[in-house]
Amino acid sequence: MKLAGSTKFKEKLIERLLLSCSLLSVFTTFGIIWVLLSESIGFFKHVSIFSFLTDTQWTPLFTDKHYGILPLLSGTLLTTFIAILVAVPLGLASAVYLSEYASPKARNIIKPLMEILAGVPTVVYGYFALLFVTPILKVLIPGISGFNALSAGLVMGVMIIPMVSSLSEDAMHAVPMGLKEGAYALGSHKLQVAFRIVFPAALSGITAAVILAVSRAIGETMIVAIAAGQQPNLTANPLVPVMTITAYIVQVSLGDTPHGTIEYQTIFVCGLTLFLLTFILNVISFKLRKHFQEVYD
Amino acid sequence: MTKNQWSKINDRIFQVVGLSATFFGLAVLAALLIDVFTDGFGRLSWQFITSYPSRKPEQAGILAAWVGTVWVMLTTALFAIPIGIGSGIYLEEYARKNRMTNFIEINIANLAGVPSIIYGLLGLAIFARAMKLDRGVITGGMTLGLLVLPIIILSTREALRAVPSSIREASLALGATKWQTVRYQVLPAALANIMTGIILAMSRAIGETAPLIAIGALTYIPFLPTSPVSVSKSAPFVNFSLQGFLDPFTVLPIQVFNWVSRPQKGFLINAAAGIIVLLVITLFMNAIAIYIRQKNQKRW
Repeated sequence: MKLAGSTKFKEKLIERLLLSCSLLSVFTTFGIIWVLLSESIGFFKHVSIFSFLTDTQWTPLFTDKHYGILPLLSGTLLTTFIAILVAVPLGLASAVYLSEYASPKARNIIKPLMEILAGVPTVVYGYFALLFVTPILKVLIPGISGFNALSAGLVMGVMIIPMVSSLSEDAMHAVPMGLKEGAYALGSHKLQVAFRIVFPAALSGITAAVILAVSRAIGETMIVAIAAGQQPNLTANPLVPVMTITAYIVQVSLGDTPHGTIEYQTIFVCGLTLFLLTFILNVISFKLRKHFQEVYD
Repeated sequence: MTKNQWSKINDRIFQVVGLSATFFGLAVLAALLIDVFTDGFGRLSWQFITSYPSRKPEQAGILAAWVGTVWVMLTTALFAIPIGIGSGIYLEEYARKNRMTNFIEINIANLAGVPSIIYGLLGLAIFARAMKLDRGVITGGMTLGLLVLPIIILSTREALRAVPSSIREASLALGATKWQTVRYQVLPAALANIMTGIILAMSRAIGETAPLIAIGALTYIPFLPTSPVSVSKSAPFVNFSLQGFLDPFTVLPIQVFNWVSRPQKGFLINAAAGIIVLLVITLFMNAIAIYIRQKNQKRW
């Protein structure tokens, strides 16, 4: 069938227009990389990469300036570690329960409720960590600071439970029925099927979920900015204030830092570090999920 | 006891463990809600909603914050919804399976995982500095727009994928062009699910704090963005203005953050009251989205 010339033109135009919408995502990625790199290059003209990676102090806003990322990195990894310690066991137990034990009816009620948990703004969790969890911790652990990594990490962990649970449940759900039925036919119980058949079969999907949760915790900002404190400490002690990479960016952004100064560049160097960390984790998680889909599709 | 009986007991134990793990998060949510409501409910009043920030906590309010949230959300929606749906349509209905499509898809998947504060740095360098839009509403709106774009794209694609190909084939067989098929058959069929994605994306944007702090949104704003319509006594009597999009702003979560960071008890109570308003909006939007989705789980 032949289309009239103008219709054909219109159809082509629309396709081009829709394509350009999609290309905005590509530009966004390039924009992020370009912005982070160009400002970071300015930073590394003043500070060597070696001292950036090995100096144990981060004091860009003091008179005695040090630019070592280690204290910020340790703060980030500490809060992330605590969050994962909470989110992974609870998230996985909940996923096994939802996928193997809960009735479809119960699942239809519980899953949307979990989504609400994930939909609470992070600044609200920050308030909760600082004014509800920290006072409780002060009673349980005398000597804990008013700002500490523990409280922020715990609350962050609760925040990412739904993510771990929902992604792992998807992975367990995709395990072929035949595998489970085979195990049941041999006389296995639910728990045995869950942990000896479903769990191993869904392992790459579950790993992908956990890695994504780590990446999410590393990039989380408001909870740690509110409850973990603003002091770059190179420590593994969860009871004292720490500063994460994200909390530092917030601290500088709240002040009025003039464009072109090294203080201004430091937030982009921090952004670059954060971007690289999360990017690597996201790529690994993406590959694992791809692999996992190929196996069972 | 036999092995078999042990297995049965273990089974029961796990049932309890699994159920408690599932409800742990929900119990925390309940504790959070109770905590915030007992702290802040008494502070909610007409005065609180209609007052500017103040150094005295009992006189302070969220007027600038909620009006700012409305402005920024409007900008985000105008920017992200058309582009997000357009992009979703392209990838699902038009794109051929080639390297470029693959590259775009990987990009979107990756963007969905980029920490939100990094979008703030992007907005700061591109919109605020390079495009000289400074700390205006439009900078905030577009920054949040880029942030939620992957959510809108992915949910649009999923919604379109759920429309059976027989509908497309029937339309094409009747002589409709590709765009006519998409515009008049596929999109209407997918609309409810697309709406779900859009509402979830907007509710995410309303709660975002970090990227707006990074672009330098102010925390103390004792005025509102210029109204788009104003009435004057002389001709032309009604004036239209887009100046509001360039005016500085603050939003609810930033106001809450500002109050949380102060030591005085009065401001913490204000923060709790602000959180109640924020939670009512976001939870209401989430509930609507989930409701639409449950209603529309149509099997073709």
